Amino acid sequence: MDDAQLTGSEIVLKVLVDQGVDVIFGYPGGAVLPIYDALYQQVAIRHILVRQEGGAVHAAEGYARSTGKVGVVLVTSGPGATNAVTGLTDALMDSIPVVCLTGQVPTHLIGNDAFQEADTTGITRPCTKHNYLVKSIDDLARVLHEAFYVASSGRPGPVVVDLPKDILQAGAVYTTSRQTKHKTYRPKLKGEPDQIEKAVRLIAGAKRPIFYTGGGVINSGPAASRLLTQLVRMTGFPCTNTLMGLGGFPGTDPQFIGMVGMHGTYEANLAMYHCDVMIAVGARFDDRVTGKLSEFSPGSKKIQIDIDPTSINKNVMVDLPIIGDVGTVLRQIIKRWKEGECRTDEKAVGKWWKRIRAWQGRDCLAYEMSDTIIKPQFALQRLYELTKKRDVYITTEVGQHQMWAAQFYKLEKPKRFMTSGGLGTMGYGLPAAIGVQIAHPDALVIDIAGEASILMNIQEMSTACQYRLPVKIFILNNQYMGMVRQWQELLYGGRYAETYTAALPDFVKLAESFYAVGLRAEKPDEVDGVISEMLATDRPVIVDVVVDQMENCFPMIPSGAAHNEMLLGPDDKAKTPVSEEGMVLV
Amino acid sequence: MEEEVNKHTISVLVDNETGVLARVIGLFSGRGYNIESLTVAEVDKRNSVSRITVVTSGTPMIIEQIKAQLSRLVPVHKVSDHTGEGPHVERELALIKVACSGEKRVESLRIADIFRARVVDSTNRSFVFEITGATEKLEAVIKLMMPLGLVEVSRTGVVAIARGEKPI
Repeated sequence: MDDAQLTGSEIVLKVLVDQGVDVIFGYPGGAVLPIYDALYQQVAIRHILVRQEGGAVHAAEGYARSTGKVGVVLVTSGPGATNAVTGLTDALMDSIPVVCLTGQVPTHLIGNDAFQEADTTGITRPCTKHNYLVKSIDDLARVLHEAFYVASSGRPGPVVVDLPKDILQAGAVYTTSRQTKHKTYRPKLKGEPDQIEKAVRLIAGAKRPIFYTGGGVINSGPAASRLLTQLVRMTGFPCTNTLMGLGGFPGTDPQFIGMVGMHGTYEANLAMYHCDVMIAVGARFDDRVTGKLSEFSPGSKKIQIDIDPTSINKNVMVDLPIIGDVGTVLRQIIKRWKEGECRTDEKAVGKWWKRIRAWQGRDCLAYEMSDTIIKPQFALQRLYELTKKRDVYITTEVGQHQMWAAQFYKLEKPKRFMTSGGLGTMGYGLPAAIGVQIAHPDALVIDIAGEASILMNIQEMSTACQYRLPVKIFILNNQYMGMVRQWQELLYGGRYAETYTAALPDFVKLAESFYAVGLRAEKPDEVDGVISEMLATDRPVIVDVVVDQMENCFPMIPSGAAHNEMLLGPDDKAKTPVSEEGMVLV
Repeated sequence: MEEEVNKHTISVLVDNETGVLARVIGLFSGRGYNIESLTVAEVDKRNSVSRITVVTSGTPMIIEQIKAQLSRLVPVHKVSDHTGEGPHVERELALIKVACSGEKRVESLRIADIFRARVVDSTNRSFVFEITGATEKLEAVIKLMMPLGLVEVSRTGVVAIARGEKPI
């Protein structure tokens, strides 16, 4: 090898540095030893050692979602790659930019059932935005740069680059620099002017409008959130967020009417049902949002802004699709609105707000307070009240606690709420919190968890402690897989098959065993105390909040029902029993 | 609201790289779309571009999804829905083996002649016919050959191209 040559491993690291990567999440193994050896001999890139590869991908997702940068993962071949599959699928569903480097057996052994061999590109093809198997060292740098471009542009997503060991050890001259153009892949950013014009006219004529905004607003960048806020305030229209869109519009703004969907607010869902113009911004009409499709917002003209053409007319036919980047299109709309000196129909919109205020009067998030037993909603309300003045990053696991977090923790800014929306991956929250804390070492990062979910990736406590990451794990412990139990109550006659965890660990001792701090609250009057203590502790903390076991998450649209058929509380019975068609949708 | 299911012939230009066909097929199976026929071959050696022709069926909403899903695959250059975009030519080639003797042998030759099928192999007891045409024409011949001793059929699947001077 002459002097100008680098090994494949050195090229990998050089590309990462050129792409501005300063931290990667990973786990070593035989096939990636050359990269780990190269990592050992440099200081530009910090490696965070997780305890299972699944944790590495979620941590990279947390990192990516809280920064807007690409999250980078490094795992070995075979089991390293297959363990990463859940995280990759999660990132695909939630459109999170991740580049996952996987080791592979040497090219001459591929297809040979070699030790720790798996067909990684075959396995990950349906769960990545794109993937590559590098078969020649000459392609290595170009492919890696392209991977970053594909992961972060257009609708973001995970990209796998499979790296055979012989390629990592071969030598080549590094010539390729950062590339931004691709032969075929060029996402469209700007909306068509005539579509913008039509949108402006529809908005101006709206009598019962609603902004329905999703994760696309967050993904488009901070400018998109600012522009959305500007447009919503300019028009005076109500705004609802999807789970993925929370924080894209300030959660305490008087024009914010809460989250939409299965566990969204009464007012948001009824406004979606009764609106005459719906402006969908970076939202994909997911089944958790729409409920029964045939009765979804039956009387409205729908505008949809999305960068991904496949999101248009997939579930719901829209009247005015605008393909483009959310931020760019919002800027176009605002510009056109100002140029045209457009006005909204203030009288009609005022009447619409009166109806919405009346729905808000139902106080759909109300719950029955207790002096003896901690209601999960109460614990989250107190958490919110005691932390809201700080710039908090929230991650969640999946289940009832996730929905309560979405309902009660009001988010003011984008990139502050990391939750597994599309895939619903239990065990997401702790590794994601680790990734967030790595990106924002001084910030307050809280994983709102359930006792079942947290056990799915509890091994990452060890990671948090190794890197002295002061993540706070706030467990709402009801000893049940609460959301599943809630469905069993509603649909399966209260036969709670396998949803009760009979042998839970003592979470305080569990925390201590990781050299972290464990706290517990069992009575409502203890909640403020443990939260204060948690906030005062500059180390990883597990807070075990023992909550009401039978509390259910309301409001709720039973599956197969429409937005105007919400259940508001435990005494509210569904008008008709959930149909078989509805049951399959759970 | 039941929408009409229609057959569509779609051409996809792709970079001829490893796994690209699996990507396209995986998209169809993963999302539950039909593939009625599929052909693939390199059409531009210099730029290493292949053309995949898929015959699929679905409601207008599904067909629109299929086109959008195909278009967003990274190695895809162009997607063209011939059925939706206007006049085009569709062709398929079949090799048909008929084993027979006597009067049936004569009859099979007569049918082949009517449909302009060519004999590309012959023994005392068999013919292999080559026939090109639209899918319906191939099916008509196959149906007629069946009682005459049809033993094997090999078909290429449909290829298509738009009429007129403009390329895809």
